[in-house]
Amino acid sequence: MSTTSRALIPLGIFITLAALLFYGLQLDPRKVPSPLIDQPAPTFALQSLKDANQTLTQDILRGKISLVNVWASWCPSCRQEHAELMQIARENDIQVIGFNWKDTRPQALQMLEQFGDPYAIILFDPDNQAGINWGIYGAPETFIVDAQGVIRHKRIGPIDRAVWQNEMLPIIEQYRNK
Amino acid sequence: MKSLISKLVLMTVLLTGTLAFHSIQAYTLEQFTFDDPAQTEEFHNLIGELRCLVCQNESLAGSQAGVAQDLRKEIYRMMRDGKSRTEVIDFLVARYGDFVLYEPPLKPATYLLWFGPFILVGIGIVLLFRALQRKKAAPEQELTDAEQARLRQLLTKNGD
Repeated sequence: MSTTSRALIPLGIFITLAALLFYGLQLDPRKVPSPLIDQPAPTFALQSLKDANQTLTQDILRGKISLVNVWASWCPSCRQEHAELMQIARENDIQVIGFNWKDTRPQALQMLEQFGDPYAIILFDPDNQAGINWGIYGAPETFIVDAQGVIRHKRIGPIDRAVWQNEMLPIIEQYRNK
Repeated sequence: MKSLISKLVLMTVLLTGTLAFHSIQAYTLEQFTFDDPAQTEEFHNLIGELRCLVCQNESLAGSQAGVAQDLRKEIYRMMRDGKSRTEVIDFLVARYGDFVLYEPPLKPATYLLWFGPFILVGIGIVLLFRALQRKKAAPEQELTDAEQARLRQLLTKNGD
């Protein structure tokens, strides 16, 4: 090995390390992968946000592919993605389920009145009773649940057009006919 | 200038707003007591070893996040029900993943993490030994005739 190529070894190591660290900078440590992927959705018994007398269970997730969107009126990013959710609900043949989390009923209903209601069904979990079983640690979070009630994907953070088209829609199409 | 002032005013309002909000929500650990002091201590130890997912540099014991309080309550309830430490940890890992543990478990996905440093030290030692041996093996170079002559010349010059 010539002296020149030997001298290049440290430079090579440095560049590899720098590239690796630079890649690390792009990763978001707040996005913790969920152990629930490919597992049946956790069971729950929650009130409907709109009707306190109605109890909803995991059975609502069967028969149709669902988007379970965790939201709250106190969460700015939920407002940010709200319009996108409205459009998703309008344009796609999927069941958009709201998971109202650590919120109060009047404030949640007021937000829907103000910005529109994209949800077919809304679960109401004010004290994080079912949220712990779903491994929810922030809002917004969005799960894709297939027609058999199995969780297939979890999106942490708001959904926009690009996220919907590149990340979520392909997974929905993949599980649609199964 | 005007917009700067209005920005400052807005920031102050927002900051005081957040602070007020947090002071209302402040949590303490005093509400979690067991009849057995040893169990209280075990509870404190356990939540100190689990990571909060919201404020990732804090443990469940130290975090003021709402989710951390929910999890403290849940762990407290489980321990009151006589659940063991392992059961509590398994419960959390099944829902939130290995991330809640400060010490990642030993499994194929983490082999590199656990053994990587030892492998690097091993490579370093091998390289060091090879470099030392090469140095030892290399014979001392004989001086050429020209160098011998030059050396003699220098020595005699100094001897004056």
